[in-house]
Amino acid sequence: MKTMPHSPLEPSNKAKWFAALAVIGYAVVSLIPLVWIFMTSFRTPADAIAYPPKVIAQPSLVGYVNLFTTRSRVSPEELASLPPPQIWYEGLVREQQMILAGPSRFADRYANSLIIGFGSTLLSIVLGTLAAYAFSRFRVPGKDDLLFFILSTRMMPPIAVAIPIYLMFRNLGLNDTHLGLVLLYTVVNLSLSVWLLKGFMDEIPREYEEAAMVDGYTRWQAFVKVVLPQAATGIATTAIFCLIFAWNEYAFALLLTSGTAQTSPPFIPTIIGEGGLDWPAMAAGTTLFLLPVLFFTVLLRKHLLRGITFGAIRK
Amino acid sequence: MKSFVLSWRAPAGASPRAPALARPGLSDRTLSWLFVGPTVVLLLAFNIFPLLWTIWLSFTNYRANRPGAETLWLGLANYRRVLGDEAVWENMRTTAHFLCWSISLQLLLGFGLALMLNRRFRSHSFWSTAILLPMMLAPAVVGTFWKYFFEPQYGIFNRIVEFFGGGGFTMLGDTQLSPWAIVLVDTWMWTPYVMLLLLAGLRSIPPYLYEAAEIDRASEWTKFWRVTLPMVMPFIVLALLFRTIENFKMFDLVDQLTNGGPGSVTELASIHLKREAFEKWRTGHASALAIILFVSIYGLSLVAVRFLEKVKQR
Repeated sequence: MKTMPHSPLEPSNKAKWFAALAVIGYAVVSLIPLVWIFMTSFRTPADAIAYPPKVIAQPSLVGYVNLFTTRSRVSPEELASLPPPQIWYEGLVREQQMILAGPSRFADRYANSLIIGFGSTLLSIVLGTLAAYAFSRFRVPGKDDLLFFILSTRMMPPIAVAIPIYLMFRNLGLNDTHLGLVLLYTVVNLSLSVWLLKGFMDEIPREYEEAAMVDGYTRWQAFVKVVLPQAATGIATTAIFCLIFAWNEYAFALLLTSGTAQTSPPFIPTIIGEGGLDWPAMAAGTTLFLLPVLFFTVLLRKHLLRGITFGAIRK
Repeated sequence: MKSFVLSWRAPAGASPRAPALARPGLSDRTLSWLFVGPTVVLLLAFNIFPLLWTIWLSFTNYRANRPGAETLWLGLANYRRVLGDEAVWENMRTTAHFLCWSISLQLLLGFGLALMLNRRFRSHSFWSTAILLPMMLAPAVVGTFWKYFFEPQYGIFNRIVEFFGGGGFTMLGDTQLSPWAIVLVDTWMWTPYVMLLLLAGLRSIPPYLYEAAEIDRASEWTKFWRVTLPMVMPFIVLALLFRTIENFKMFDLVDQLTNGGPGSVTELASIHLKREAFEKWRTGHASALAIILFVSIYGLSLVAVRFLEKVKQR
């Protein structure tokens, strides 16, 4: 077999070159939008709407300054009469014929995304780990039906359950609260966390806990001291998937929050400058919002397949 | 000795009636209720209860913006009105157009990319990660930015088309073009998903099948039709089902990109539902539509989960 000019499993060099060209071509084209968002965030509003679009432009931090501040327009005379700028970014504001009026709401919305994301992830991981362990090790009555039911909740269209959840939250006073979204995202993520974690738990040999219980551990102690450390990678992977879902969620956030608990996805599209959308500020917000997800995607790349198939395909 | 101890301490999974008194702490049966209980209770409260409520609302004339008004039982009137509404059928046609085109493009491109990546050229894993990136991003946030790319004056998309000799169009303002805009953006986002699934399918094919085909002097073409395609088929079906379910539910991307417009040419069923429920506040009517949508998606989900089990056994 070794002497054959090409083995059936090893494509020829020409085939490889063609494949590389096609894949790299697709990758480059599909990354243009992301690169363009990143570039737009470092432009001035004027450059962002130049015709024809500029590929190279003088970099500027105006987008980021506008993202975090609110400003008000002043007359040139008034601007000239002001004392020199106190903070480094005040100069960038004054170049736009404006003065600082205060901070924008972006930081609050970003903080909301973090609070709700981490809160719901923590809850769905705690509940999911317990349930997954039970499904993996105990004889739960109606196990298969329960697991199927848990998975099927993921298939519900969010907009279809949004009506009663909106009414329910209104009656319970949960509309526009952090707690409401934390609970809701926890529930949506439970299906994923139970299924993924069950897969990871199934891979841990039972003998470890059994040996521990022979040594006098209770089942709970064996679970906490033996199984949990073994499942750490799986738990971390599942947590990142839950976090990304909660971070990206839009439909519920749009319908159930309006102010105090609003997360970034419904907020970012509403960043408005004078005379239309402030594209550099929106690009800056988008960049800050997407970067953590990009980072985690690269970190998770080996487990992505497992995540999108609820742990069924492990590679 | 070890086996004797283990059988004496019989693990609960093996025999539920094993005497629990031999072990300190809570029994496995109690623990399993404590462990599974909270999850099931939360799912009942936030999924099943709302679903039952939607069913009840769909038989009434309730309006969420008038909580004080008397609620009347309408029977099947809402369903009759939804199914007799020409606008709803128009939405269904729009949804079908969107589903057909976006999913066939994703399958075609995704399968092509998977076949190419499976040739394992140098740096293939780096590029596959690069291709996967759009899939994990927030559709609503990315959808917003595609509006910027589609701007007829300063948008990069029109600029690129102009470079190839086209141009002079407004992607999101044109009733002919904007249904294609959502197909394009959805394909950009979700081709990686199909690629990832099908790549796993290709890698699950045992090498001896190709070796046997080689011995039979089968051509590349025959190998593709007789070995590759049949072996990957379950994964293709799985990708098809998952994408259909997801795109049927799809809301965030289109809500931001076109919000159903211009007019209602990109008004998918989910967008129509949002307008009925949260803009016109016809809660009962919208609930009937929600139930119809839910039933169609749920039927697909049943098939998808069965397939997931089938693929898993390989």
